[in-house]
Amino acid sequence: MKLNKDKLADFIATLPGKKVYGPKKSGETLKYAPVTGAADLCLTAANTTVPPKSVVFPQTETLLRFELGTTDIKTPGQESETVLLGVRPCDARAMTIVDNVFSWGVEDPYYLERRAKITLVGLACLEPCANCFCTSVGGGPASKEGLDVLMTDLGDSYLLDVLTEKGENLCQSASGLLINATGEDQEAAEKLHEKAASQISRHTDPAGIPAKLPHLWESLLWDTVSASCLGCGICTYLCPTCHCFDMQDETEGSESRRCRTWDSCMFSEYTLHASGHNPRPTRRERTRNRINHKYSYFVDKFNVIACVGCGRCINLCPVNIDLLDILSKVGEEAR
Amino acid sequence: MNINPYNPHIATVQDTWYETYGDRCIKTFKVVFDDEEVRNNWSHLPGQCAMIGILGVGESMISISCSPTEGNFLRFSVMRMGNVTQSLHELEPGDKMTVRGPYGNNFPVDQWKGKNIITIGGGIGQAPLRPIIEYVKANKSEYGDLTVIYGARTSADLCFKGEFTELGKSTQTLCHLSIDIKEDDWPHYVGFVPSLLMEVNPSPENAIAITCGPPIMIKFVLQNLKKLNFADEQIYTTLENRMKCGVGKCGRCNAGNLYVCKDGPVFSYATLKSVPEAFA
Repeated sequence: MKLNKDKLADFIATLPGKKVYGPKKSGETLKYAPVTGAADLCLTAANTTVPPKSVVFPQTETLLRFELGTTDIKTPGQESETVLLGVRPCDARAMTIVDNVFSWGVEDPYYLERRAKITLVGLACLEPCANCFCTSVGGGPASKEGLDVLMTDLGDSYLLDVLTEKGENLCQSASGLLINATGEDQEAAEKLHEKAASQISRHTDPAGIPAKLPHLWESLLWDTVSASCLGCGICTYLCPTCHCFDMQDETEGSESRRCRTWDSCMFSEYTLHASGHNPRPTRRERTRNRINHKYSYFVDKFNVIACVGCGRCINLCPVNIDLLDILSKVGEEAR
Repeated sequence: MNINPYNPHIATVQDTWYETYGDRCIKTFKVVFDDEEVRNNWSHLPGQCAMIGILGVGESMISISCSPTEGNFLRFSVMRMGNVTQSLHELEPGDKMTVRGPYGNNFPVDQWKGKNIITIGGGIGQAPLRPIIEYVKANKSEYGDLTVIYGARTSADLCFKGEFTELGKSTQTLCHLSIDIKEDDWPHYVGFVPSLLMEVNPSPENAIAITCGPPIMIKFVLQNLKKLNFADEQIYTTLENRMKCGVGKCGRCNAGNLYVCKDGPVFSYATLKSVPEAFA
């Protein structure tokens, strides 16, 4: 099926009762925000600054509300059905990876309820950015994993690849707007996908990394790669697979809430004990933990690397610390 | 949706008392859940923890310092260290606190049946050991001898003081106390806990040694247990790290690939030996 680009606004209008989010400019930042029409949407940029995890796992969310001095605790109401438009395949894969964390052992109702009510309409990447390396870590510019619909930009129209029941339901309600795609359209899309994959210029071979990391615990490599780190935390904050959070109570007048906010293992307070002892006292230990968590511990627990190759941590690091550079040092060092 | 793990139960403080005094004083709280159903459904085993807190202030992960054999209540011994523990210390009988849990694994009490149990504690590290002592006492016929080795900087820094005189009275239990610096009228050992352990010289035969205390103490206790020929599988400890969620999601309490809140806090030395951050 195909959707002509001039029908995009109508397509959005066929989703009544659903919250629709898409990439939207907010100053210099591109992030997922509610959209009402096609004019709001920015589907031409390589990827958003803030990953769509912000919709399913908000930067700050209220877990509990209560009036100070009472013990009557209220939890937030039901979530509504939500559609995310224009999700890049790497970010959709990232959600499937984060799902592991919020569903193992005790289930996290806040995340899982929101997640169950989200339909992901993806957009294949036709022009990967300089630091994309999705193809090295199990993804690709047109990867379908985690998506309900995959759109491919064919110039005047989007080719729609419907992947799940959720995706089918979405397209059914918009059936009047969709036209049949031809074999030529399919071929054109496949060519575009192949071309995009061939344009990815950065690569890593993560196969041996999980096995190598434990042997490099005391390596000087961690001093080298963390030497210029400012501890700003952007690599983790905007990582689509990072899920760490803090919980804090906030009070205004007599109204109080317990909220959770994104946190980062790159911050010293993250592991600081009340006694003043810190098991990860310097950026050396924190960087080592970050890499080990993504490429070793997560693999041990969930059998998948907690990295989708989106390149955000490389693009956004203010001192140019490069994850692929660290991984190649790991590879060299362990030989 | 299922049960909300972040929504705590309300409990009322029944009794409080100070174990130690000073800047980092330790106060014990005996609490009971307000809701009868919660009270009846709650079950924990020695070694487990709970997130306790005050609405509007926050929560801290604290080890449950009583054995389920003691009754239908919970005990927490809390050192005053930061924001939450300061607010907890202000609680008096009748006041409310929040409790969620129990979290983490427990000492493998079933697996240890028939064995001699040796606990080696230092300072507030005795809090997670107290439930195993009480549990073994309550199930005497199922265990061998119980040896309690416990030390603190001064006699005033020892927790659960009154309980040790009782312990010494039983033929099945041995209690060895120590303080770091000599005091008048102190009839027991003077020195560090690892040295007292060597003095007591427990046999590794059919025995389990459990240690908890400051990292430096644990380090030397482990070395000494090895000297006494305890196998790695016979040595247990409980770890602590900063925690927020208690259910393996917030990320911060990991030691290597293990989450202290979920995979721990109880670990055998056989497991921890290969975990690089375990004693960081």
